[in-house]
Amino acid sequence: MIDADRPILETRSLAKRFSIGTRFSAEGRRTVHAVDNVSLTVRRGETVGLVGESGCGKSTLARCLVRLYDITDGKLLFEGDDITSKSLSELRPLRRRLQMVFQDPSASLNPRRRVGDLVAEPLRIHGKLSAKEIAARVAELFELVGLLPDHMMRYPHEFSGGQRQRVGIARAIALNPDLVVLDEPVSALDVSVQAQIVNLLADLQEKLKLTYIFIAHDLSVVRQVSTRIAVMYLGSIVEEGPAEEVFATPAHPYSQALISAVPVVETTPTGTRKRIILTGDVPSPLKPPSGCRFHPRCPIAADRCRSERPELTEHRPGRKMACHFPTLT
Amino acid sequence: MILSVRDLRVSFRTHDGPVRAIDGVSFDLEESEILGVVGESGSGKTVSLLAVMGLITDPNATIQGSIRYKGRELVGLPPRELRRLRGNEIAMIFQDPMTALTPVYTIGWQIAEQIRAHRGVSKAKAMERVEELLAEVNFPNPHEAMSRYPHQLSGGMRQRAVIAMALSCDPALLVADEPTTALDVTVQAGILDLVRKLRAKHKSAVVFITHDMGVVSELADRVMVMYAGRVVERGTRMELFSDPRHPYTRALLGSIPPLTGQKPRRLPAIPGSPPSLLRLPQGCAFGPRCPVRYEPCESGRPGLGGGAHAAACFRVAQA
Repeated sequence: MIDADRPILETRSLAKRFSIGTRFSAEGRRTVHAVDNVSLTVRRGETVGLVGESGCGKSTLARCLVRLYDITDGKLLFEGDDITSKSLSELRPLRRRLQMVFQDPSASLNPRRRVGDLVAEPLRIHGKLSAKEIAARVAELFELVGLLPDHMMRYPHEFSGGQRQRVGIARAIALNPDLVVLDEPVSALDVSVQAQIVNLLADLQEKLKLTYIFIAHDLSVVRQVSTRIAVMYLGSIVEEGPAEEVFATPAHPYSQALISAVPVVETTPTGTRKRIILTGDVPSPLKPPSGCRFHPRCPIAADRCRSERPELTEHRPGRKMACHFPTLT
Repeated sequence: MILSVRDLRVSFRTHDGPVRAIDGVSFDLEESEILGVVGESGSGKTVSLLAVMGLITDPNATIQGSIRYKGRELVGLPPRELRRLRGNEIAMIFQDPMTALTPVYTIGWQIAEQIRAHRGVSKAKAMERVEELLAEVNFPNPHEAMSRYPHQLSGGMRQRAVIAMALSCDPALLVADEPTTALDVTVQAGILDLVRKLRAKHKSAVVFITHDMGVVSELADRVMVMYAGRVVERGTRMELFSDPRHPYTRALLGSIPPLTGQKPRRLPAIPGSPPSLLRLPQGCAFGPRCPVRYEPCESGRPGLGGGAHAAACFRVAQA
């Protein structure tokens, strides 16, 4: 029985910490707080966009969500089922339903195998299909992602970046997954090809009833594909809400700065758009600041921000932010 | 006139035949002007500027045409002469600051080296100048930063150090090749701001190469759009963005998802991908992907023609 309102994926105070160094290194053993206290709910059929700058933990979070990384703390639920510490063999049937597309298709495709073979691989591993059925399914997948049947015999290097990403997508959807995590799927592509892949992903979502978690640093692409977005800063979600609303009226000072920094094509004289330029750098996740993690760079930080860490709370229906002084309009 | 490039052609001999990376590019640059060069991978935007800098040392490369810097011809200039200009009057910033910095010396030492090489001042004098420069590119603590090694700095700070190095000899011409592509948007905003301020202060002319239309529209005075080794459209920022003429420019602008307002259900995408320079299509290079192609596009390659705002397209010429 599938309950439409039951979240497909849920995290509760999820954390991922890495240990670096040894007791012999100069600074001793240290802990990187890559993802910290993330509670996120993903509902069936939606696209949740994760945005944030490099090092904010969005890719680490993505890898935790498909259990490519072991989770340090908190819980991960798939259709209400706790999969936080399931063993690899227990996870295997789930892998079919939880897939991932990576940024660099040339790094994720074996250069020595034909792409037809690469797309057939998940079918061989998970399915109980005959060779004939597999061939038919591969042909179907090629058509679905907009590749030609005679492409099957080629090797990855014979394709352009956009076509390679199509192969990566075909592999991910081969087993009819429910949820696909896309980690920067268009970032390595030329601008003129990005739109093709964005459209392909939208078509597939509609046809195959997919749920997406979409990660990209290009904010306009994220806005285009996402129904909801979560803005991350230094390992935690600082704002979450419907994509268009968050972009139109960001409430967290970090989201405001981030969105205002995106260069857009304007036909008015330069300098008319208000831009918030942040000072300083993103602090090291080795020793995150006290209180609100954004306070050292925040233009409106007060004493309270330095000592007390704001929780991600729902200030408006559907809009959550982790800030003591959010801009609510 | 700082820079005047006429009919620049760069080709490389390869195993699969000659590749024309640049095929007849011409442009001019005035003092304190920012020229934005936009294009996708393989469009020739980087190669054309490497040619200007005299940095194409590949023995398989042939460079033809004319590159005049302040009236002086750079094509065929002996390497010794070029070295005197490079880093001194002509400076360059690359995409990845880590490749422009040596990991084994401090930031301060590296910038000072350049000043001493070109200006022949004492080490102490050079170091003083370095501190000034680092302050100018907004290092929070310039004195301390001088003794840092590149790996101790963040990506944004490294790029600032490279910019400080580029500015160290007050260049008349600054060439920046995707200097913000590897950086986060908030850091990029800071760097763009810096380039704008520096242009105002040092009166340097800037050639800014990028694939990001947004960045160009924020920074450039004039814009040049490149495709498959040729300039397909040029004009002022206003002309190009409010009245794009070439179908490629139009399509490229159309395929960028908007940041505000109604989301389109589907993005107007350009079919296909940029052509390989080894197998350029007959006629117009954009032809096979062009929504408005007609017979003339299949035989001849359209020229850019004269005029400040020009597009290399038979349709535009006809209209």
